[in-house]
Amino acid sequence: MSDLYNVSSSPHVRSKVNTSNLMLMVVIALLPASLFGVYNFGLRALLIILISVASCVATEWIYKKAMKQTITIGDYSAVVTGILLALNMPPAISLWIPALGGVFAILVVKQLFGGLGQNFMNPALAGRCFLMISFTGKMTSFVLPSGASSKVVVDAVTGATPLASLKAGESVDVLSMFVGNIQGTIGETSVIAILIGAAFLLAMKVIDLRIPLTYIGSFTIFIAIYSIAGRGGLDVNYIAAHLCGGGLMLGAWFMATDYVTTPITKNGQLVYGCLLGIVTAVFRLFGGSAEGVSYAIIFCNLLIPLIERVTIPTALGKGGQKA
Amino acid sequence: MGLLTFKGGVHPYDGKELSKDKPIKSVLPKGDLVYLLSQHIGAPAKPIVAKGDRVLVGQQIAEPGGFVSSPVHASVSGTVKAIEPHLTVTGAMVPAIVVENDNKYEEVEFSSVEKVEDLSKEEVLKRIQEGGVVGMGGAGFPTHVKLSPKEPEKIDHILINGAECEPYLTSDYRRMMEEPQLIVAGLKVILYLFDKAKGFICIEDNKPDCIRKMEELVKNEPRIEVKALQTKYPQGAERSLIYATTGREVNSGMLPADAGCVVDNSDTAVAIYKAVILGRPLMHKVVTVTGDAIAAPQNFAVCTGMIYEELVEEAGGFKTQPEKIISGGPMMGQGLYSMQVPVTKSSSALLCLTKDEVSASAETACINCGRCVSVCPAHLVPSRLATYSNHQNEEAFVKWEGMECVACGCCSFTCPAKRHLTQSIKSMRMMVLNNRKKKA
Repeated sequence: MSDLYNVSSSPHVRSKVNTSNLMLMVVIALLPASLFGVYNFGLRALLIILISVASCVATEWIYKKAMKQTITIGDYSAVVTGILLALNMPPAISLWIPALGGVFAILVVKQLFGGLGQNFMNPALAGRCFLMISFTGKMTSFVLPSGASSKVVVDAVTGATPLASLKAGESVDVLSMFVGNIQGTIGETSVIAILIGAAFLLAMKVIDLRIPLTYIGSFTIFIAIYSIAGRGGLDVNYIAAHLCGGGLMLGAWFMATDYVTTPITKNGQLVYGCLLGIVTAVFRLFGGSAEGVSYAIIFCNLLIPLIERVTIPTALGKGGQKA
Repeated sequence: MGLLTFKGGVHPYDGKELSKDKPIKSVLPKGDLVYLLSQHIGAPAKPIVAKGDRVLVGQQIAEPGGFVSSPVHASVSGTVKAIEPHLTVTGAMVPAIVVENDNKYEEVEFSSVEKVEDLSKEEVLKRIQEGGVVGMGGAGFPTHVKLSPKEPEKIDHILINGAECEPYLTSDYRRMMEEPQLIVAGLKVILYLFDKAKGFICIEDNKPDCIRKMEELVKNEPRIEVKALQTKYPQGAERSLIYATTGREVNSGMLPADAGCVVDNSDTAVAIYKAVILGRPLMHKVVTVTGDAIAAPQNFAVCTGMIYEELVEEAGGFKTQPEKIISGGPMMGQGLYSMQVPVTKSSSALLCLTKDEVSASAETACINCGRCVSVCPAHLVPSRLATYSNHQNEEAFVKWEGMECVACGCCSFTCPAKRHLTQSIKSMRMMVLNNRKKKA
């Protein structure tokens, strides 16, 4: 009988959940929003998604190869970044912009800071904000939905997003904002498609409700207070438009829940969610732009070390209630 | 009422179906027996026999090395062959008494008593100590010490731990099914020591037959109650069990007695009964031999000192070559590189697996998902603690409550990046404890 067995420290069993299958589930959960984007804005949206993903994955592969490190594209995290970045693009954007955004997100925000798990900001959002600042005009030109039948939407009619109209004091159609056949970025327009994906993530226990609910909750409360104090009454339609408009739903369910850039402590996640809601509302109501989700999330990303420091959980038996 | 439980925990594959229906079978040793002098927490026992001496079943062959210590008894009759260091499950060499079995099983005379009331409380404790009874759930803490708290009148809960939350293990289950009356008898002995206490037999709800059997047995016992616990690992860990059944919290600086509790494993209760009433010392242990590499998984009642390899033969040998052999359960057991190690008083299982899941998965970067935080029964942040451990940052490790880790293994089990969290935290914890000892 051989005396050479594997020896290791306990525990000797591992759960089946690993990083790649978690990331794959996020990819699956993003499918409804992506497919709706393609349906809404045509095949060009699909092309943008593919270019963005290819750019992210290729950047990661080249960097790892050049640095002689283990190739990590098999964990699908670059794919997730690529899809999220694309979903944040206006459908008529020049094709080289998502490609550049992918390089920035993966190279600068993720790899230069140490790769997966070390990025201090959500790479997709940091990429988006980089593009927003660099190419503001191109990034804020939103075309009307044209449907999948049309091949080219570059020359299509552009118009204000519902959120911009709202800010300008015009009335908007909340139902179409919920369904998603409105102007906006590729993946943010359809609340229902986003919620389907989010429900999948919740069911698969990839995310929990802590951050999305506190985010959406504190945002709603802030907007409601603003509605009462600043607009002379509780305007349900106004609040609903804010909830369905812009990147709030995509941000709350898919980007504010990004593991790497959220506090690891449970109470920290609640604090983080509340902060996100308030910061987003402040940016939207008092900022120069109609949108505020992206900046709110990357801003709060920077506060995470502080949030964690003040929310170290109480160990069992270390609480006030002594036996 | 919902089932009792704690916050955190995991649900690993439990593997109990392999051996749960196999009645306990007594097996006799074939080769020499090896009695380790340290089968318990505390000072090692001191040998009181010499090479060449003849010993009998139940004879004390080593005396306690202090108050927190326990004697060792021979489980066979025969001749002392050697007193020398022997390999243990941890991989360390520990002094041991080797006895050559003469297969006659001649016993010393055991002094039994009619009932526990015939003894004073001091006599009960003395008989427990002389019987070499230690915690049989794994830690091996001398039972007489546990049953002698500073303020015995403050003890109001005696918890008999029948959770058996470790996957694959069925030895406690079989004991509860086959000899439940002995567990109740043992509990009654403990209750005799603590006038104000009530006894609770705590069983996970994956053993409904056990719960029914125990409830039937104690229905006329005003001081004993059966508590059903939610099936979840580590339900049977001392602090988790106390929290689940009483709502009281115990930290690393406290003893269960500080929360008014005494926790004893169900098998320990049987050993207490045998030592106090029958006068028979602890010489046998029920061990589950199981795993997908074992031809016929079973539960054996074995003599302490028996070599593990003999147990594998008794269970029909290997049907497939194992890749990993574990003494104990898969969550907290020790990986063995050799089966030439003896059964001790707190051995519970020999688990032979054809696949080693640890070596099959490579460690990747932490993605900060927080699963380790969700499952930690001590409410810690294992991911951060492991980082501080790897950086040898003692200050941050202690500040983030690393010393409260109970090494249950939930964090490593659940980690999607397959990081060796428990291992890092365990070693840092040892280092901090050693540094504190040095300073003291």
